[in-house]
Amino acid sequence: MVTKIRSKRFIGSDENLFELVVDAPFVANKARGGNFIILRIDETGERIPLTVADYDQKKGTITMVVMAVGKTTTQLSKLKAGDEIIDFVGPLGNKAHIKKYDHPIVFVGGGAGIAPIYPQVKEMKDAGNYVITILGARTKDLLFWEDRFQELSDEVIITTDDGSYGRKGVVTVPLKEILQTQTIDHVVAIGPLIMMKYVVLTTSGKDGELPRVPTTVSLNTIMVDGTGMCGGCRFQTMTGDIKFACVDGPDVDGHDVDFDNLMERNSRFIDFEKKRLDEYHEQCRAIQKHKESMGEV
Amino acid sequence: MAKKKLNKVRTLMSEQDAQERIHNFNEVALGYTKEQALLEASRCIQCKNQPCVAGCPVEVAIPDFIALIAEERFEDALSKVKETNVLPAICGRVCPQETQCEEVCAMGRVKGSSPVAIGRLERFVADWGMAHEDEAPVEDEQDIDTKVSKKKKVAIIGAGPAGLTCAGELAKFGYDVTIFEALHKTGGVLVYGIPEFRLPKEIVRKEISMLTDLGVKIKVNTIIGKLFTVDDLREMEFEAFFAGVGAGLPAFLNVPGMEYNGVLSANEYLTRVNLMKAYDSDYDTPVDKGQRVAVLGGGNVAMDSARTALRLGAEKSMIVYRRSEKELPARHEEYEHAVEEGVEFHLLRNPTEILGDEDGFVKGMEVIKMELGELDDSGRRRPIARPGTEYVLDTDMVIVAIGARANPVMTKNTPGLKLNQWNYIEVDANMQTSIPDIFAGGDIVTGAATVISAMGAGRKAAENMHKYLRGELEPPIEDEE
Repeated sequence: MVTKIRSKRFIGSDENLFELVVDAPFVANKARGGNFIILRIDETGERIPLTVADYDQKKGTITMVVMAVGKTTTQLSKLKAGDEIIDFVGPLGNKAHIKKYDHPIVFVGGGAGIAPIYPQVKEMKDAGNYVITILGARTKDLLFWEDRFQELSDEVIITTDDGSYGRKGVVTVPLKEILQTQTIDHVVAIGPLIMMKYVVLTTSGKDGELPRVPTTVSLNTIMVDGTGMCGGCRFQTMTGDIKFACVDGPDVDGHDVDFDNLMERNSRFIDFEKKRLDEYHEQCRAIQKHKESMGEV
Repeated sequence: MAKKKLNKVRTLMSEQDAQERIHNFNEVALGYTKEQALLEASRCIQCKNQPCVAGCPVEVAIPDFIALIAEERFEDALSKVKETNVLPAICGRVCPQETQCEEVCAMGRVKGSSPVAIGRLERFVADWGMAHEDEAPVEDEQDIDTKVSKKKKVAIIGAGPAGLTCAGELAKFGYDVTIFEALHKTGGVLVYGIPEFRLPKEIVRKEISMLTDLGVKIKVNTIIGKLFTVDDLREMEFEAFFAGVGAGLPAFLNVPGMEYNGVLSANEYLTRVNLMKAYDSDYDTPVDKGQRVAVLGGGNVAMDSARTALRLGAEKSMIVYRRSEKELPARHEEYEHAVEEGVEFHLLRNPTEILGDEDGFVKGMEVIKMELGELDDSGRRRPIARPGTEYVLDTDMVIVAIGARANPVMTKNTPGLKLNQWNYIEVDANMQTSIPDIFAGGDIVTGAATVISAMGAGRKAAENMHKYLRGELEPPIEDEE
């Protein structure tokens, strides 16, 4: 059961971040914000989890936005429309909990994490919520889907680390300002672990100045099967319990996640991953060189 | 043929040398040659009572197939086995025969004599069949039940031992059978759990291909409860369902330090190595490679993990088990193989804390000595900690092989399906669930058990689904156990 790549588009000039659309009509029928999928490119490939960034039942497609960090994601970034991958399974994990809140809710998306908040924003708007969206990118070049969020959200705030677009700084600054001035019923944050950690700290009510606001985060952990079988995705709660991101999440109560431990757990295979990526780059260079010598390029 | 005196002792099966095999993933047990099989088959005295048949969860006609082997009618012997067992090459390798058919063998009751090596003979005929595949005649369709006039569609959820067996039996009855599997490969625990050196994946593939030859369709990467619900399947005109989704939700210990890197479930470890082939450098799969590996637990999964660690280059591989050698739940053969390969047994020990370094990786494990007390509910002597006997075991990786809990993915998304207090599916003696068209069996009903007991459940469910689909299923008699 191969899955066809419908389109691939790089976001930003460094060709690390990319939007991938695949043909997966059955998955598109069932996928909702909060779900993830697992794919495998070829027979010797890893199974990697990716959060659903959009689903289109009419076209039968699933969209993901991926940051090339290791071999598999780099290999994925080189695929183009019409290419095929051998395995694509989903939707996995729990759907986001969608309901109508009395007061506004805030979505925070950082980096590639901007993408998976999109379907949730859409569903929360459909449920009749007032939605404020904060989008954080390293630089203007890496910001994407601003138009989509402008169209959906009641307010959109943009931050860039280097100040090349929107406000200079991190997402927690505007979040703090919002929490100081109005009642917010819920916050959803998806992005790098470090960003989610600080969003959760901001909404924890710990400093006594700001209220505690229920906050959902999406955990993108190391996993194999995605169905509860391996336990590789387990994370520790603040009370020391063990939960599985795949079947208890991936969207979980951010105030209950031990982020420091999770950051350590996510670096579990870092040496292997680096070695594998270096070998892959080496291979690509060798192939390129061979092609050049054959006069193909 | 002149009547020869029976060999009292079973015919040995050759194995790869222990020192050699710990450096490869090739199969340890090499199987009988024809001569060895004939010699062993001649040991069956064809007793009238056939206790072995009753000892087999799928009731293989054991004396009959052994008699056919003795007559060198290997093809007929294989057909005889396959009448009730669709996966003989697998069962011949992984069944705990010593506690089933072989335990009750009449030959084993004679003083100084050992039971007939039924498992090895089963493996022999199955392997013979695979080696002579091309010569096998195409089976005619006479056996197919003509009462299934229009081919009714049945769905099997999960392609593990229970589901595969159920599918095979239903296909033989003449149904249009589709198996839905969550992973990208078919076989369940046979492909993700049991290592290559105990059950080569090529054997699993071939045995499953015989099911597809019977017309069974297999859809991988298809999670029932997620991609399709049972209701969706009903809309696709499936008329009965078998849930054999397994008990895949690994249990962890309630001791500090479970969160460190280098602590992982046996499920994850074995899946990375077996399904995802981390032992082969062509594959991109990462796996933890400890030098001093401690495996918690004493079952087959623990043995598989400890032996896998040696093959992945561990200097030391240790089983840490809270009871004594006598209580080890693993098959004796697996225990012996592990000992031969140099696995260390730290018995009557229980972890109290996993110790980690500043980067969050395992650097040791504190254990406490145990002693055995009174019998507990399981009929085994209860392990009791001996306060003050704690010490630190030098280890850099901990594999947790203490069992699994019920997997919730299918059950949680099937409203109305009655579960017990541990979230396993409740079935009656017909293997029927609280929803009449859904049957279930295997680990998702019993909790973690053996391949063959799952197959037995799959077979029984198939027979009852056949009755159900003809409107002939009677409710079970209350007192029946």
